[in-house]
Amino acid sequence: MTDALATHRTRPAAATASPLLVASNVRKQYGSVEVLKGISLTVNAGEVMCLLGPSGSGKSTFLRCINHLERIDGGRISVAGELIGYAQRQDRVFEMNPREVARQRRSIGMVFQRFNLFPHMSALENIWAAPVGVKKVPKQQALKRGMELLDRVGLAHLAKAYPAQLSGGQQQRVAIARALAMDPQLLLFDEPTSALDPELVGDVLDVMRTLAADGMTMIVVTHEIGFARSAADNVVFMDGGVVVESGVPAAVFDNPQHPRTTAFLNSVM
Amino acid sequence: MKQVSTLPAPHVGETGSTTASTADDVVAVPLRHPWRWIVAGALALGFVALFSSLWTNPNIDHATISSYVFHPRILSGIGLTLVVTVVSMLVSTVLGVLLAVMRLSKNPVMNAFAWFYVWVFRGTPLLIQIVFWGYLGLLYSQISLGIPFTDFTVFSVDTNTLVPAFTAGLLAMTLNQAAYSAEIIRGGLVSVDAGQQEAAASLGMSPAYTLFRVVLPQAMRVITPPMGNETISMLKNTSLLSVIAVLELYTVATQISSQNLRQVELLVVVSCWYLFLTSVLSVPQYYLERHYGRGSARQPGPTPLGRLMSSFRKGKQPESKGPVND
Repeated sequence: MTDALATHRTRPAAATASPLLVASNVRKQYGSVEVLKGISLTVNAGEVMCLLGPSGSGKSTFLRCINHLERIDGGRISVAGELIGYAQRQDRVFEMNPREVARQRRSIGMVFQRFNLFPHMSALENIWAAPVGVKKVPKQQALKRGMELLDRVGLAHLAKAYPAQLSGGQQQRVAIARALAMDPQLLLFDEPTSALDPELVGDVLDVMRTLAADGMTMIVVTHEIGFARSAADNVVFMDGGVVVESGVPAAVFDNPQHPRTTAFLNSVM
Repeated sequence: MKQVSTLPAPHVGETGSTTASTADDVVAVPLRHPWRWIVAGALALGFVALFSSLWTNPNIDHATISSYVFHPRILSGIGLTLVVTVVSMLVSTVLGVLLAVMRLSKNPVMNAFAWFYVWVFRGTPLLIQIVFWGYLGLLYSQISLGIPFTDFTVFSVDTNTLVPAFTAGLLAMTLNQAAYSAEIIRGGLVSVDAGQQEAAASLGMSPAYTLFRVVLPQAMRVITPPMGNETISMLKNTSLLSVIAVLELYTVATQISSQNLRQVELLVVVSCWYLFLTSVLSVPQYYLERHYGRGSARQPGPTPLGRLMSSFRKGKQPESKGPVND
């Protein structure tokens, strides 16, 4: 554990502190229920941030707001200096049309709890479908890249397999490769190991650790305290739609300042 | 030591285990089904009686049937029936996809239009719609393209020239079928997990690309079987076009029988052809289902021929011990 701590501290990209994601006062409500009550946080390029909190605390909703799968009702989110879902011209803000939103999402990858691989495509096709169809990458080039990515997640031998023939852990690793194929500048993970059998969690977390060490900017909603402790630069604890506490993993986990953080950590550790 | 039991032996022949049989294996006498034989015999007797009564019936002239089966007029009627079926099914499917997407869109204008379309075309009898399109000339003697409520027209044609009986029939079948297909396709689209659209969206796919690359191919698994039904219905419903004198199979047959007064013989000819054509149409459906079922949890089954062979074997299976490689 201490080894892992030591390695991630020396990651090159973490040194340059340029903010990639800036969320300020993000609010979201479903009907009369307010699920996000003003979330403000910043993620620098090359950093890994883990979002923790009890279920219903709004962490997944916030993650889905970042790539505009959910519309926000207040505040603003920008990635690489670009407002998400809205276009600012002079002093007015215009809602984007679906094509413009789709263009923004190309640089924000997402990995889902339920994998959401395309079941009618092989593992390899899952990976090249979007680069070829959306970014117009030549197919031969995309196939080659797809094989490289499959190799990177340790599944090159299963390129032709359909998702239904893969285990949960293998599906999630293909899903990570699929997200990487679009060369995103930010990767969102929505409880990537929560739907997995315990013995398969490790493989997925290993892939994520490698990505983190390579300097990928990642926001991870997770219950894996061990992963957050070893791989995250910052940990944010959310409850009831607000950020209760945030800081470096060692501070939040070893010396929590807020009783709700303490209670949560006691329940999951 | 071999036991004899009426219990079916579990796992025998199914697990594909390669272990050789041991003395502990249950060697079961298969369950007997005497009632199957009795009912099958009774049914066979009934069919034989029915067919012999038809065969020996002096009111049926079998020579007429055989002479008209491949009669050129009948064959041209079949041609037209097939043309109407294929063209209507293809065009109506495209319209159906369009209507289904409109119905599911958040755009209230499109949504309302699609609802209204389905309401009108599904809510009135097909026969009446056919007659309506056939009589379009009575409602509008001229059809012109221009700007409404002004004198500006691009062109103007006599309705009966633009819409002859064949076109009217095609129009009626297509527009009616589009309403039904739209609902089937909408059901298929809704059945695809919402996570698929989210995954496609997170990869930057546009809504249209998501529809054609991700959602529709998965929906096809659900859409294909009922659309096969619709195709078979369509083929048979083309016979309704006889009311506006489209020269399809049934119209031709009634024209012939009104001359030679062999109504029953020609109905037999026509029925045999419809039965043959609907049987042929279920073949492409089968292969479509196999194609769109790829990647599903269930392994693609054997082809029809293979299935026939295996059902043959299944009848004897309880007596055969274990898998073939034993």
